[in-house]
Amino acid sequence: MENLGALALVLAFCFALYSILGSLIGKWKRKPFLLASARRAVYTVWALVAVASGILVYSLIAGDFRLVYVASHSNKSMPLHYKFAAWWGGQEGSLLFWSFLLATYSAVVTWTCRNKFRDMMPYVTAVLMTTEAFFLMLITFVISPFQVFVVGRGIQDLGDGQGLNPLLQYWTMVIHPPMLYLGYVGFTVPFAFAFASLITRQPGEAWIHTTRRWTIVTWLFQSTGILLGAGWAYAVLGWGGYWGWDPVENASLLPWITATAFLHSVMMQEKKGMMKVWNMVLISATFFLCIFGTFLTRSGVVSSVHAFAQSPIGKYFVTFLAIGIAGAIYLILDRLDYLKSESHLESVISRESSFLFNNLILLASCFAVLWGTLFPVISEAVTGDKISVDRPFFERVNVPIGLFLLFLTGVGPLIAWRRSSLESLKRAFLWPTVAGAALMIALIAAGMRHPYALLSFGLCAFVACTIIAEFYKGARAISAKSGANLFASAIELTHRNTRRYGGYIVHMGIVFMFIGFTGWAFRLDETIEVQPGSVARIGHYQLRVADITQGENDNYIWNRAVIDVSKNGEPVGALEPEKRLYKASKQPTSEVAIRRRLNEDLYLNFAGMSNDNKKAVIQAYVFPLVSWIWIGYWVLLFGTLVCLIPPKMRLQYARTQVVGIAGRHATVEQ
Amino acid sequence: MKTWAKFALLAGVIVGTLAWLAVGGINETKTYYKTIAELHQMGPRALDQKIRVGGDIQAGSIQRSGREVLFTLTQDRMKLNVVYSGIDPLPDTFRDGAQALADGRLGRDGIFHASKIQAKCASKYEAKPGRPAAAPAM
Repeated sequence: MENLGALALVLAFCFALYSILGSLIGKWKRKPFLLASARRAVYTVWALVAVASGILVYSLIAGDFRLVYVASHSNKSMPLHYKFAAWWGGQEGSLLFWSFLLATYSAVVTWTCRNKFRDMMPYVTAVLMTTEAFFLMLITFVISPFQVFVVGRGIQDLGDGQGLNPLLQYWTMVIHPPMLYLGYVGFTVPFAFAFASLITRQPGEAWIHTTRRWTIVTWLFQSTGILLGAGWAYAVLGWGGYWGWDPVENASLLPWITATAFLHSVMMQEKKGMMKVWNMVLISATFFLCIFGTFLTRSGVVSSVHAFAQSPIGKYFVTFLAIGIAGAIYLILDRLDYLKSESHLESVISRESSFLFNNLILLASCFAVLWGTLFPVISEAVTGDKISVDRPFFERVNVPIGLFLLFLTGVGPLIAWRRSSLESLKRAFLWPTVAGAALMIALIAAGMRHPYALLSFGLCAFVACTIIAEFYKGARAISAKSGANLFASAIELTHRNTRRYGGYIVHMGIVFMFIGFTGWAFRLDETIEVQPGSVARIGHYQLRVADITQGENDNYIWNRAVIDVSKNGEPVGALEPEKRLYKASKQPTSEVAIRRRLNEDLYLNFAGMSNDNKKAVIQAYVFPLVSWIWIGYWVLLFGTLVCLIPPKMRLQYARTQVVGIAGRHATVEQ
Repeated sequence: MKTWAKFALLAGVIVGTLAWLAVGGINETKTYYKTIAELHQMGPRALDQKIRVGGDIQAGSIQRSGREVLFTLTQDRMKLNVVYSGIDPLPDTFRDGAQALADGRLGRDGIFHASKIQAKCASKYEAKPGRPAAAPAM
């Protein structure tokens, strides 16, 4: 069985190589049959990787404990969905999962574009398959998921395995890695198109139009992955944080930042023909940061709570990245002539300029995060001392960046293209500014003194007002014409230009998230030791430990504290945080209990019994507003889906473009 | 040209501010990775730096008294007494024999005062190849 899996991977590797050579030679010698066979090789690669994955998943579920991978990531008593999730629970399996996703994407792209872009497609295939071949090489020759335990000449069957890391036995962990990987892997496709368009010297923006949906969908997967990770950290790690600036978290954030910058700056290219080189750089950076992220997660270069063992794959990743980046830089420099800008910046107060600042600030954030993550490695190379930087560093830099971005979120969409007059600025921003300032004054009057928090709430009000005003103005115009009510008109408005209004909804989601982030400044924490029966308090909550219960099942032993909670004297129910000891891995974990409300979460962690075994040690936290982060995510999801709906009026979009290009010669707009 | 100059100026101001914040942030939070042996060699220089030190938690050395946790880290037969008095709960992986990273400062009494502890369970991640060898061969 395992031999069959390994064989499938070797064959897949060979077919990937064939597909690269086939498409390049076929293109060069103009042999359509060779090109067609290279395309079919892509499907074959998919089928082979799927077979290998199927065998691994089957072994995990059936419990074939002769395999090293199965024995160390699965056991008999684990529920079925965690056995399946063990596919991406460890290093080898997750690389196989990467290969499988990329093979799937490649097959989909090859199929949907089989009759389009005859110039570009062979190169697209070549780029996709080169990446695929790299990952297949890793799992075929370096770390195989089908390794068996060998002692002397015999194969060892361990009988039972260690099980998946208990921290990962949580529902979001079943979907968090696939989402993040769908995001990571997905950026290979726009990158492949960008690369192919450079090689074939395409003059226009074909690659952007083609991959627009890919980019948005991939970005959505990535956002979902990051947010699920945050939700998991919040609900599982027991200290209530959703983001710790851990290297692995940073690794997932980096490509998301460049991808966000890319999504914004392509608008400049589509409408004004500007920033072409920049977009190439951004999409390449995103792709390489995705690879880099996988490398950071999997190689143990920097120590991390995600704690994967040291492994030999680091140098392969470095080589792949070095060659890839060198290739991308060479191609961009060599094709600079094809990437000339069609218009230039006219005023500092203009839509263009707000895009530029948006990009600048996102890139600065990306650079700061990258720098902080790699600081131990860099400082060791330069000074010989391994120095790490911590949470305060990331926060000092990223909090102002975040606030400035939030500000641009409100300003950018309302400023006119090319240049904006003071008069129009006043018209657009008077009321939002008043609303923001009023909220800040009210909060100061209420006793809030935290400067960043004040600024953040003020900006949230400002941005929310600009967005609502946009919807209101558009909807009122439609309603005046058609006589429909405002709500129906707002839907009609969104349907006419889904990209624009979907984007506003996404921005609204971001505003909600910032409200949630700001709540962090007002958290309370308290470690309480109480005897069963007595009362402790945190904020305006009273906690009474009613009982400590115990029990066990196949997977773990549990100890549970039953805590009656009252708020200002009114009972609001019981919370039951739990301490578990997993039998297979002998690892303890904490199951926190959270009372989630819109204004604040009460978060209880049962840390265990005190030394004399009489008192329960409870870590109690109050996190204001944290639910708004998750609400913000749902709004962001909805907005992104709206962006993907085809707009009702295609004409409108085409016209904007024509105006954009003609704009070079036109005099100043009235 | 003038527009570009204005834009460059603004961009410069922004990047400059961020760089200033970043440098401040690094100086405030930089932590030196040291082994226990290096820490013992550093002498008085070690007193005024934030240090991250790693090692295995000596079996049976963990003692809790009130909110403080005392334990001993060992590495290559070198020992270091650590006292943890941070706010965050200790990770679940913190127990006898686990690998731990302690962030904090060395006190004049020779005890390391940690404000943050990271731990990973050694048996889970790294002892895999050793296990089958210990079991009887077929």
